[in-house]
Amino acid sequence: MAKKQLYYEDVEVGTEVTPLAKVATTQMLVKWAGGSGDFNPLHFEDSFAASQGVDSPIVHGALKRAWLGHLMTDWIGDGGFLKKLACQYRGMDYPRKMKTITDPQEGETWWCRGTVTKKYVEDDQHIVECDIWVENAKGEKTTPGSATVVLPFKKAKS
Amino acid sequence: MAEQIITDEIRAAIGMQSEPAVIEIEKGMIKKFAEAVEDPNPLWQDEEYARNARYGGIVAPPGFFMTVMMRGERVEFPFQLPFTRVLDGGGEWEFLKPIRPGDVLTVVNRFADIFEREGRTGKMVFMVTETTWRNQRNEVVARGKSTLINY
Repeated sequence: MAKKQLYYEDVEVGTEVTPLAKVATTQMLVKWAGGSGDFNPLHFEDSFAASQGVDSPIVHGALKRAWLGHLMTDWIGDGGFLKKLACQYRGMDYPRKMKTITDPQEGETWWCRGTVTKKYVEDDQHIVECDIWVENAKGEKTTPGSATVVLPFKKAKS
Repeated sequence: MAEQIITDEIRAAIGMQSEPAVIEIEKGMIKKFAEAVEDPNPLWQDEEYARNARYGGIVAPPGFFMTVMMRGERVEFPFQLPFTRVLDGGGEWEFLKPIRPGDVLTVVNRFADIFEREGRTGKMVFMVTETTWRNQRNEVVARGKSTLINY
């Protein structure tokens, strides 16, 4: 990937975390079930979902958490370290259905976003805190959270 | 008098710890996980790239936890849940050390708190679990605190 490394000096309070687009599909949920080991039928069976009081199978909370992990590890690059991640699953998200074996139908795209809320040095670590969230196509934050990362410091390089 | 949802039996579970679950981390597990998330970061999958990067080899992405969780952290409640529906409420996780293929993780859960609240659809029971992941060197690699909602 060889991306440009993000440094502590590059961010200020208010700096935007580079947004990451995600499309949840029924296929992705199946892959997630296999990859995570979460076989709760709430995420793949219409009638069971209905019995649980939701309209149709919903996106796993933990998948949205993993998206937020992806958001942060992409942003901080190889030289950064994700120390903490927190999120709450507040709103239901419904995956797009598939049109072909590989492609989803038209529909909703989710965005993982964040902004820097704090930066400080503690125990020689250059720490940055962010508010992060997953928002749906209506702009609602269905999965708000926060992240704490350690970033490399340019002056320490030489 | 209001109906008591959290019985003495349920309350007695607070502070109880689960039997440790042991999970061996394999490269293929990490790859499947990264594919499901559509996270192509070579740190998770490309041996050669990862060898020259920070950790000197493939590591698991932070969210990989869930894989470990659902096989190890699958919470067995030592009581009958008061309601039929269960939702994951979220939580917070702290990452202390990288998790690598070949690591053998031991996962322990502790019921930290169980309480009820009035929700939109009636009473809801919140079950807070604290989880600790240790590797084969007995180092704590991660800690978490998550909430399940029963309603």
